[in-house]
Amino acid sequence: MPDALALIANAAGKLTREGLRATGRGATALPGLVALTLDPDFIGALSATLAHGVACVSGTNGKTTTARMLADITRTAGWDPIHNRSGSNLDRGVAAALLAETTWSAEPRGNFGLFEIDEASLPSAVGRLRPRVVVVTNLFRDQMDRYFELDTLAKKIGDALAGLPADTTLVLNADDPLVSYLALRRDAKTVFFGVDDPDVGGVVPQAISDATRCPRCKSPLKYTRVVLAHVGDWSCPSCGLTRPPRDIAATKVTLGSSGSELLLAGTVGNVFESVRVPIPGLYNAYNALAALAAARALDLGLAEAIRALASFRPAFGRLETIDHKGRTLRLVLVKNPAGFNAAIGALLETGRKPRLLAALSDRDADGRDVSWIWDADFEALAPSVEHAVITGLRGRDLALRFKYAGLAKERLEVVDDWAAAIERATTLAPAGSEVVVLATYTAMQALRGLLARAGATVPFWED
Amino acid sequence: MELRIAHLYPDLMNIYGDRGNVIALSQRAKWRGIGVEVRPYSVGEWADPEWPDVWFFGGGQDQGQDIVGADLAGKNGLSLRKSVDGGAAIFSVCGGYQLLGHEYVPEVGPSIPGLGILDVTTRAGRKRFVGNLLVDSPDGPLVGFENHSGRTYLGTSAKPLGTVIAGNGNNGEDKTEGAVQGKVIGCYLHGSGLPKNPWLADRLLGWALERRHRDVRLGPLDDADELAARVQASAVARTRT
Repeated sequence: MPDALALIANAAGKLTREGLRATGRGATALPGLVALTLDPDFIGALSATLAHGVACVSGTNGKTTTARMLADITRTAGWDPIHNRSGSNLDRGVAAALLAETTWSAEPRGNFGLFEIDEASLPSAVGRLRPRVVVVTNLFRDQMDRYFELDTLAKKIGDALAGLPADTTLVLNADDPLVSYLALRRDAKTVFFGVDDPDVGGVVPQAISDATRCPRCKSPLKYTRVVLAHVGDWSCPSCGLTRPPRDIAATKVTLGSSGSELLLAGTVGNVFESVRVPIPGLYNAYNALAALAAARALDLGLAEAIRALASFRPAFGRLETIDHKGRTLRLVLVKNPAGFNAAIGALLETGRKPRLLAALSDRDADGRDVSWIWDADFEALAPSVEHAVITGLRGRDLALRFKYAGLAKERLEVVDDWAAAIERATTLAPAGSEVVVLATYTAMQALRGLLARAGATVPFWED
Repeated sequence: MELRIAHLYPDLMNIYGDRGNVIALSQRAKWRGIGVEVRPYSVGEWADPEWPDVWFFGGGQDQGQDIVGADLAGKNGLSLRKSVDGGAAIFSVCGGYQLLGHEYVPEVGPSIPGLGILDVTTRAGRKRFVGNLLVDSPDGPLVGFENHSGRTYLGTSAKPLGTVIAGNGNNGEDKTEGAVQGKVIGCYLHGSGLPKNPWLADRLLGWALERRHRDVRLGPLDDADELAARVQASAVARTRT
C-alpha cells in the first residue's frame, strides 16, 4: 500500500491530468512532474506494488519500438502493462504513465510496469524502479549537448547496473561492444541478442565510429562484419574481449518493404517457426530481437511472443504511415547519425527514389546541437532523392547538408512555414505516391499536429 | 590544381560532426574544378609531413584525446610541426585545438603536454560551456556550437580568431574565440564550423593551395545557402543560447 505522501502526490498528479485533458491537451509529462515534486519517490512507491514487477527499456535508438513490442507480447500473455507509450521517457513520463493507470487511492490498474527510460536517466531510474529486467538496445552518439560523451554515459549506466540485485536480468545487444560490456563487467544474469546472419552487414567500418576501441583495454577492435556504426561481429585482439554468445540470434534475416522475416537460433534452442516483423528495416529486426529476448527474461513463452509480434503496429514517427490528400506520408523520426543511417538504409533497400519532406529543429528534445547531421550519411541518400522539401527551425542547416552531399539545386527547396512545407511536398508528389517525412522530435510533433488538424490522423497522446 | 587534405585521427577525434569540415573543404575545392584527395591518419600510422596541404584535427572524447595525445608525443607530433614549417595549414576544433597548444592543465594531476604549435594554454574548468556560439571578426562573422569544459588562454604569438557576441568562446572571460598563428587555426566552433562559415573555409583553401601552387585565385561560389544557414543559426544564437 503506498504511503500518505504517495497518495497525495497521486491525487495531485491525477487532478493535473484531468485538467489538461479537459482542455484538450496531451498529458504525457506535466502530471508526472506535479506528483514527483510532491513525492520524489512516487514512481518507486507505486511500481513496488506491481505483481509482475517492472521492466525498463533503454538505449539510444529503438527503445520506443522495442517497449511497444514488449507491451504487445506481455498483453498477449495475459498481463496488464502500465506503459509510458508515447515515448515520454524521463522520470516525469514514467510518473505520468502511472498516474493514468492508478485509482484515486493510488492503486494501480495494471500488474506490470513497462517503462521506456531515457538513457541519461537510466542510472537514477533503475535505483528507484528496482526493475526485474533492464533492456539496453544500443548506445550511439546522440544529443551531445545533453549527454556529452558516450564513454562517460556508458560508464554511468554500467555503474548503475552493477549496483542492481543479482536477480535482475540484463537484456543486451551482443553486437554492440559498449552495450555488451555493461554485463561483461560483472557476473550478471543476462539474455544476449544479436544477428548472426553472415549476409547482414559489410566489412567496411562506417564513418561514424563511437566505439572502435575495446571498452575494456582501449585497443582497436577487430570486426569481421559491421552492421551499423560500431555494431557487428567484434572482438578485441589485444585483451581477448569478444562478442558474447547470443541467447537469441537471428541466423537469417530477409528484409522486405513492409517488414522482415527472421530465423532464430541461440542458446535458447532452435525455434523453427520463422518470426515475422511487420515493420521494415534491419533496425526493427534488432528491436524485435530485443523484445523477444526481454520476453525470455520475463519467463514468457517464445512461441506466443512471436505470434504477438506478427500483429505489431508502429509508434509515433517510427515508420507509421498516414494519408493526406491522396498521398501516403511515411513518418520517420530521426535524431542522431546512427538512427538516420539505419532509416535511410531501410528507405533505400527498396530501390525507390524517395520524395522527401525533411525537417530539422533544435529544441531541447531534438538536441540543440545540429552538428550531428554532418556525421549522418547524406552522401548515401542524396543520389537517390527525387525531390526534397526542407523545413524546421534549422532547415537552412539541413538544406546545406543536402547541398554538400551533392543533391542538385533543382531537387531541393526550403519552405520555412510548416503548413506550407507540407502542402508543397504533397503537391509535388503525384496522387497515390509516397512522401517520406524525415524529422527530428519537435519538428515531427509540429508536422503531425498540423496533419491531425487537417483530419489526417489522431494526436499522438490519444494513441 | 590539386588539394591534399590530411584528416587526423578520424576514428578518435570526430565527435559533434566535425567531419563536415573536411566535406566543406573538399566540396568547395571540387566546385572550382580542383581535384581533392583526403587521407585519414590514425594512431600508429606515420603521417608524412611532405604530403598534406592542409590538416584537419577535430574534437574527441576524453578517452580518444588521451590516446591521441600519446601518439602526438612521438614522431607524428614532429611530422605536424615540420609540415607547418613547410607551409601547410591546420584547422583544428575543440580537442584538436587544445592538443595543438602548449599544455592542458587538469583540475588534479600533472598537466598534459601539447604540441606547442599554437601559443595557447588550456586549463580544466568546472562548468561546461554548451550552446550556440556567435563570433565577430574583421573578416566576417562566424557561428557554431560550442561544447567544452577547457578554458583556453592565448599567449602573445597567437591572435584571437574573433570576438564573442553570444556564447563563451575560449574561456568565458576575455570575449575571445579561437586562435590564429601563421596558417594554423584553432577554435571551438562545431556545427560543423566551415560549411556555415564559407569565408573561413576559403581562407584555409587559399593557404593550403599556395603551398604547392603559384598565383592561387579562388573564384567566387554561390554562397546564398551558406549565408542563409548562418543567418538562421545566428538568430538562434542571439535569442536562445
